[in-house]
Amino acid sequence: MSRQRRAGLGRALNLFGPFIGLLLVIALFALIPEVQGRFLRAANFKSVATQSVIVALGALGMTLIIIGGGIDLSAASNIALASVITAYAVNAGASPLLAVVLGVLTGGLVGLLNGGLVTRLRLVPFIVTMGMMGIARGAAKWIAGNQKVDAPMTWINELMAKSPHPPWLLLAPGVWIVILFAVALAVLLKYTVFGRHLFAVGSNESTARLCGIRTDRVKVLVYAVSGLFCGLSGVMEFSRLTVGDPTVAVGLELDIIAAVVIGGGSLNGGEGSILGTMVGVLIMSFLRNGCTMMGWPNYIQEIIIGAIIVIAVALDRLRHRDR
Amino acid sequence: MSPAPAAPPVLRMAGVSKSFGATRALDDVAFELGRGEVHALIGENGAGKSTMMKILSGALAPDAGRMEIDGRRYAPAGPGDGLRCGVSMIYQELNLAPHLTVEENIMLGREAHAAGWLDRAAMRRQVREVLELVRHPEISPSVPVRELSVGARQLVEIARALAGRPRILVMDEPTSSLSHEDSLRLFEIVRGLRGQDVSVIYISHFLEEIQRVADTYTVLRDGRSVGSGRMAEARLEDLIQLMVGREFTELFPRIEHAVGEPVLAVDGLKGAAMAAPVRLSLSRGEILGLAGLIGSGRTELLRTIFGLDGAEGGTVAVSGVGLSGRKPWTRIRSGLGLLSEDRQGEGLALGLSVADNVTLSDLSPYRRRGLLGLRRRGLAVADWIGRLKIKTKGPDQKIGDLSGGNQQKVALARLLHQKASVLLLDEPTRGIDVVSKSQIYEWIGGLAREGKAVLFVSSYLPELLGICDRIAVFHRGALVEIRPASAWDAAGLMAAATVGRASTAIPTEQRNAI
Repeated sequence: MSRQRRAGLGRALNLFGPFIGLLLVIALFALIPEVQGRFLRAANFKSVATQSVIVALGALGMTLIIIGGGIDLSAASNIALASVITAYAVNAGASPLLAVVLGVLTGGLVGLLNGGLVTRLRLVPFIVTMGMMGIARGAAKWIAGNQKVDAPMTWINELMAKSPHPPWLLLAPGVWIVILFAVALAVLLKYTVFGRHLFAVGSNESTARLCGIRTDRVKVLVYAVSGLFCGLSGVMEFSRLTVGDPTVAVGLELDIIAAVVIGGGSLNGGEGSILGTMVGVLIMSFLRNGCTMMGWPNYIQEIIIGAIIVIAVALDRLRHRDR
Repeated sequence: MSPAPAAPPVLRMAGVSKSFGATRALDDVAFELGRGEVHALIGENGAGKSTMMKILSGALAPDAGRMEIDGRRYAPAGPGDGLRCGVSMIYQELNLAPHLTVEENIMLGREAHAAGWLDRAAMRRQVREVLELVRHPEISPSVPVRELSVGARQLVEIARALAGRPRILVMDEPTSSLSHEDSLRLFEIVRGLRGQDVSVIYISHFLEEIQRVADTYTVLRDGRSVGSGRMAEARLEDLIQLMVGREFTELFPRIEHAVGEPVLAVDGLKGAAMAAPVRLSLSRGEILGLAGLIGSGRTELLRTIFGLDGAEGGTVAVSGVGLSGRKPWTRIRSGLGLLSEDRQGEGLALGLSVADNVTLSDLSPYRRRGLLGLRRRGLAVADWIGRLKIKTKGPDQKIGDLSGGNQQKVALARLLHQKASVLLLDEPTRGIDVVSKSQIYEWIGGLAREGKAVLFVSSYLPELLGICDRIAVFHRGALVEIRPASAWDAAGLMAAATVGRASTAIPTEQRNAI
């Protein structure tokens, strides 16, 4: 293959790679006669979208962190903690709105701590957030008294309703929230100074510092913002379960990171996109959905998702070979 | 000294061509390398030198042409083939693993072992041998490479190439990061290789250096070999003319500029890595050169002034306003701008576009209601590209794809774009071609005429003497002396830089006229 053609192919892959993957996954199940009928139904797509909300919100924040050259292993624990706090607040008689705000802020606080430790103590993000993974999970269990936190039903529980109320919404309010924030973050990344600075920090932190960018501030902000998204994700988790469960979402941080990576994010920083990440989330959700319909056991799903991650990163290498 | 002309060539290349898309990088190139000779390959950036060397190493396959080593056809399928046939490369960018030790780097991929168990004693012996060969036996094999200076790393890289016992050694700008002392030692090493039946292809922009070290030369221009011959019979001016294809009159264009009132005052400033506090002042429209060996404290001074490294004491003031703390962004607001000596590692974000790199330090002109006007920014950057004659496909091209000279122009464009009034330039002409160099001298002169103040670190004495108003010399972390450029000569600068004492040949009244 000529060098130029390979470069052209690389560009095409760069633009459409994740989409091609998503279409392949959908086409695969659409072609299997046993599930075709159920899989290709609007109701199914709606439920896949709803099931994607929790990972998607976490992945939005994670995309920012990964573009900036960091990582957040505490995301899933943070989600569990926020869900417990929200349930606890509702149970204690707080208004639903206040409970949501508290849940989101809890996530933001954990993120702020992550960012502060990474920048002040000059620790590697992997280590800091691995520690925070335990701290947040422990705190969630402690506050919940090591059991589920029950709470009365409020409008919070409608955020993740499969058939939304009012019906003209078509999709669950949680899905719309994801779409709203995805657009906002995509704009933030491409059209704001903060977005440029974030890519610069991830691409080459020394250069960023040389250019007068307050790299530490960028990083703290990014971890805090990502924490807020985990908090929101926790609220959605509570909405879905109707209880605050401190043991929920174990290992979910790896799904979140995988979504970002499948969507073209590089763990070396400087690369990644919101659109890619969202497609990454959908690829995994459709796979889970399709596998479940096929009646395939859980371990098959795990193997397939694992393979997809490796293939996505391999494709990423192919994309960058000519640079 | 020179090999017998009758000896058959070690390497012969004939009719070698290579195109990338519509660009003809190499066009029917012929090249012969004699046994045991040092052959200089000269040409501007983009003339095709690197493409030719990549083909020789096997990293690229030629579209057409034939190569022979010792009369046998040589068609490498990859860099591994090149190495097996005795072709070893030392690249301009350092290719060492920073976390590994000197020994581990030198023996990387050719570790001595018995059934998989490392034979440490044997490896230590080999490493000592090659370090002896590069005349730096004092480098400790057990030190991690990241703790070495750039110059020492370069020597380690050369040692690694020699450890492979190559027939043909390609050195691409080997002195670009070496001090004068280390360069002289390198020349001895290279000349010593002649006795060991190693043929060297030596690529460099320093023509004086090539004259010292090479037996023969080949000049490439626009992908063609436009001339070759014996070094002893070539004049410098002829080589330059062959390279640029036109009459090359003035290497150091002198642009008249007037020195105004003081703008940067450094008093008692001492960085952690410096031996003594520094006091100097810089005026508007003045170019102050900083001479010295690698590691003599010049870079540290610049970085401390700019707030990248912490100061142990002293003050920095711009237009009378004091600056403190390790906060580069406050320096940028005060009108300081730093061009890093480490273009690839620090100066530029290689994964980002030309536009990003030019505007990174000041995006405010394109911001409206929190959003960036990307189209407006693109137009502004296109304007800079035109003004600085940067060769690029456009503002959106990744900067990593540009040649070294053009990358450097982008780094300079950033300082101009952020409207810096005091420019701290650290080795701005290192590793770039002679035409880009000349353009950079012209800008520096032009900036001084506009009233900007320039602090100019360089290890290349002719350029310091050619464009500076005053020159300060550093030695072992301390400022030795500042004099008007006219009161220095190359020998005096070298003496001050190497022994830390200015020679007394200069009359006292001239020395005090600062």
